[in-house]
Amino acid sequence: MKNQSVSSSIDWITILLYIILVIFGWMTIYSVTVPADQEYTFDFSQNYGRQLMFMIITIPIIFTILFVDSKIFERFSLVFYIVGILLLLGLFAFGVTKKGQTNWYQFGGFGFQPSEFVKTAVALLMAKYLSDAQVNLAKRNFQYIAFAIIGLPVLLILMQPDAGSAMIFLSLIFVLYREGLPGWYLWTGAISIATFLLALIVKPVFLISFVAVFMVIHYILNTKISRNPLVYLIIFISISSFAFSVSYVYDKVLEPHQKDRINVLLGDDVDMKKEGYNLNQSMIAIGSGGLLGKGYLEGTQTKGGFVPEQHTDYIFTTVGEEWGFVGNLLVMSLFVCLFIRILYLAERQKTRFSRVYGYCVATYLFTHFFVNIAMLIRLFPTIGVPLPFFSYGGSSLWAFTIMLFIFIKLDANKVNEW
Amino acid sequence: MRKTLLPTIIIVSSIILLVRLFYLQIIDDTLKIKSENNAIKIKYDFPERGYIYDRNGKLLVANQPSYDIMVVPSEVKNIDTLEFCRILQITKDEFLKKIEKAKVYSPRLPSLFLAQLNKEEFAAFQEKIRKYNGFYIQKRSLREYQTKHGANVFGFITQVNDAIIAKNPYYKSGDLIGRQGVEEAYEEILRGVKGVKYILKDKHNREIGSYKEGKFDTIAQQGSDVTLSIDGDLQKYGEELMVNKRGGIVAIEPSTGEILALVTAPSYDPALLVGRQRSKNYTRLYNDSIAKPLFDRGLLGEFPPGSPFKILTGLVGLQEGVIDTETSFICRHGFSYGRGSFMKCHCPGGVIKLHFGIYESCNSYFANTYKRTIEKYKKPKDGVNAWANHLKSFGLGNFMGYDLPPGRKGHIPTSKFYEHFYPNGGWRSTTIISNSIGQGEVSMTPIQLANMMAIIANKGYYYTPHIIKKIKGRKIDSKYTTKHVTTIERRHFEPVINGLFDVYNMGTAAGLRVEGLEICGKTGTAENFAKINGKRVKLQDHSEFVAFAPRKNPKIAIAVIVENGYWGNRWAGPIATLMIEKYLNKKITRKDLEKRMLEGNLNFEYRKLYTSKDSLHKPKLTKEDSIRMKIKSKKEIEEDKKKAKLAKDSLKKKAA
Repeated sequence: MKNQSVSSSIDWITILLYIILVIFGWMTIYSVTVPADQEYTFDFSQNYGRQLMFMIITIPIIFTILFVDSKIFERFSLVFYIVGILLLLGLFAFGVTKKGQTNWYQFGGFGFQPSEFVKTAVALLMAKYLSDAQVNLAKRNFQYIAFAIIGLPVLLILMQPDAGSAMIFLSLIFVLYREGLPGWYLWTGAISIATFLLALIVKPVFLISFVAVFMVIHYILNTKISRNPLVYLIIFISISSFAFSVSYVYDKVLEPHQKDRINVLLGDDVDMKKEGYNLNQSMIAIGSGGLLGKGYLEGTQTKGGFVPEQHTDYIFTTVGEEWGFVGNLLVMSLFVCLFIRILYLAERQKTRFSRVYGYCVATYLFTHFFVNIAMLIRLFPTIGVPLPFFSYGGSSLWAFTIMLFIFIKLDANKVNEW
Repeated sequence: MRKTLLPTIIIVSSIILLVRLFYLQIIDDTLKIKSENNAIKIKYDFPERGYIYDRNGKLLVANQPSYDIMVVPSEVKNIDTLEFCRILQITKDEFLKKIEKAKVYSPRLPSLFLAQLNKEEFAAFQEKIRKYNGFYIQKRSLREYQTKHGANVFGFITQVNDAIIAKNPYYKSGDLIGRQGVEEAYEEILRGVKGVKYILKDKHNREIGSYKEGKFDTIAQQGSDVTLSIDGDLQKYGEELMVNKRGGIVAIEPSTGEILALVTAPSYDPALLVGRQRSKNYTRLYNDSIAKPLFDRGLLGEFPPGSPFKILTGLVGLQEGVIDTETSFICRHGFSYGRGSFMKCHCPGGVIKLHFGIYESCNSYFANTYKRTIEKYKKPKDGVNAWANHLKSFGLGNFMGYDLPPGRKGHIPTSKFYEHFYPNGGWRSTTIISNSIGQGEVSMTPIQLANMMAIIANKGYYYTPHIIKKIKGRKIDSKYTTKHVTTIERRHFEPVINGLFDVYNMGTAAGLRVEGLEICGKTGTAENFAKINGKRVKLQDHSEFVAFAPRKNPKIAIAVIVENGYWGNRWAGPIATLMIEKYLNKKITRKDLEKRMLEGNLNFEYRKLYTSKDSLHKPKLTKEDSIRMKIKSKKEIEEDKKKAKLAKDSLKKKAA
């Protein structure tokens, strides 16, 4: 009977979107990793074969999640979190270093990236913390604890160093905002990023003059908020100093490869054969797809292996090349539907725990999605984050599956919450 | 606000991504081109060029394999330049120059690096080719000539130049193309169509399979074999006869317009323009501005036709009705056409009719005929135009449309020409009287002369001369099987042919008779001038002879010009009759004459053109030249004269 209750109460739309994305993802991995002369054959030692095994392993994981008591996730959230933190700490002793990042455990043939799972743990603990009716994010003390929950793993991940994964955690600020964090945090963040980018593009002097003019006009037109000149002055000074410090940091502090990434993004004289190679090849692959693409398994750039890491972080370039703009539109629509569906379900939840967790899931997935695609088409600096359900890798697939299905389980259980 | 922020961000940022993708995938084309440069390599498969046969099915031109080294400059890296240069026997400077040139063409597309390696060079290079990134071998076929003759007929094969690449997208850098002769005229038929293969390559430039399973690939189409109307043996004989002389021979089969032989002298061995030495040899031939071995005199040489032109003057006169076979003029060893203007004549003189006029080549007779023709019309303008129209129906004064590079038009003046020349008028028949005897403003090419004889042999029509006889698998152009009829009625040809027969029988070429052959011919001696040190200097006359044979049912029409060969029957006449004898009888009975012609040498005459002014009148003879001179000048010519006299006497007796 319980079986039936689960199957009748889970959200099949989400599951359907998940299945479509995973299968389409696997087809794309197949196209990237099958050798050109072995099409239509199958070999488990190839990456597409391994990915298929990873996918098969998700089935018991999904069933386990769907059939355990949903209370476990709330009750043991702190345990999960601590385990996660320990795993991150353990990396410094037992981790494997790949491309300068110590973020893997290696068990025989299988790699395991704890930061993928820590995302879920953080989401669970955050949900658990915010589900306490006492917690009010408008107040400083609670804000500090919430920040600490995020901050601890971010710190450890930054030490690996893996800026991309760390950045994903920062996106939880949207969840905190949903749960009552004052809006000026977001504004400050947005303005900082904007200032940062603008400071690199135009000279700080021009930027500051522009800000000054803007603020004067704002002061004159502003009638609602208290017109305290001191506030304006403080804001102005902080923006100016930030803008100048960006220039300074860029010139004196950043490592050459970090500078390269920013230069590549801004299109400043970049050698397309060296630091610009990845991005250049990625754009060529996507751009050559045209409206309808070159056809499945027909991507010349994909077959030629011109795009590096094409089965992991650059997987979406194959979609762009072989399926064209129409394929991109389709895949992106599926993703957006999934995000919106999760958010819709989250808002429907009876408990704050489920709602916060659902929000976390949607935020995580969206941030991965946006950062991953934006970096392929020069809208974002090159940061290695996987595209959920598409990128090759067991850790990533399992982590996203677990993350999503815990929410599906929570959602299915909302009836029993009373 | 708090609930809607995240969904809004999701939707807005997704739209931003989509707009960017739309731009990259649909609006911006540069990425697609970059993608092709990245991943697609084009490989050509060059078909073998068609073989060339002569009219008797003898193979003249075949193929041999050759190997080109191609380079893709952007892929050249880490090569041992020193070793590379040593194997190919080039200097480092040459190496750098060639790479630079290839880069200018395109850094990513293959360019020709070194052309036409032979088998040994290829073998040495092939062993090492794996070490040389960016270089590969392209197999092609080169011409292999089975004959040492006919270079001007065949033309040659060369690499396409930039102008051709720009004009014709079929050709890519390093491709071969036929130039001059048959190779140019029948380029598309001989060449076939090259096959194209699109090959996918990976980032290491390795080939990883065909693009789209070869959907866009094409298979090479073999070039077709062609059979020429040239008679290989006759061509060879003609070239041998012309050794150490300058000039041209054109022989045509009157009944079809097929060119039997097209000789230009001096010529060269066609094999000189094959292989790696090609460009060196070509430059040497090209730069020989004195002997001009690349200048096909048969097609390009414009000469004043001289006496043979009198035949046309006669025919036009007959057609216009200003003379008939009985019309007679008195020749007083010349023709006076104005105060102090006198055209000399070498004929015996007296009362002269058409027949005698032709075989004795009487200047006065034809000057009178021409004068009457022009004066038949009230205005000289109309007269000249009527005359020119008749000549144009013989294909004169224009490109003939034969299937070889177009050659020259020659010149037949019309009233326009003279009106331009004498803007105030005042010109009349006597002003332009030189035209009557083929001097003055008329000029013709040897092939036009030969065609003229073909028309006379056919009594009034011709087929456009052509060198193609058969193309494997298709028909030859119908314009070569279309009859062109002249404006001269058939009946007028008979008396002229009789006159031409007696030229050979008892006239100016009487010394050239061949037992059992009835040849109709006409000698010619064309004045010519050159500017030396700024002065117009009269040079030694050109020797000309035109003929057809046999008299009944003619098989061959021929024109021979030997530059600076004194007079008609001294060089051109013997050569023409030898050619006819060779073609019709397959063997030569006049061995002495043949020997004299084969060994004859006019080089001392040609040297005058570029030695000092004083030596013009006293040509310095080299040892070999002087020996030949004596043999020719005394014995032979005396004998010729005797023979002619005897023949004349016998004819007079018969007539009496």
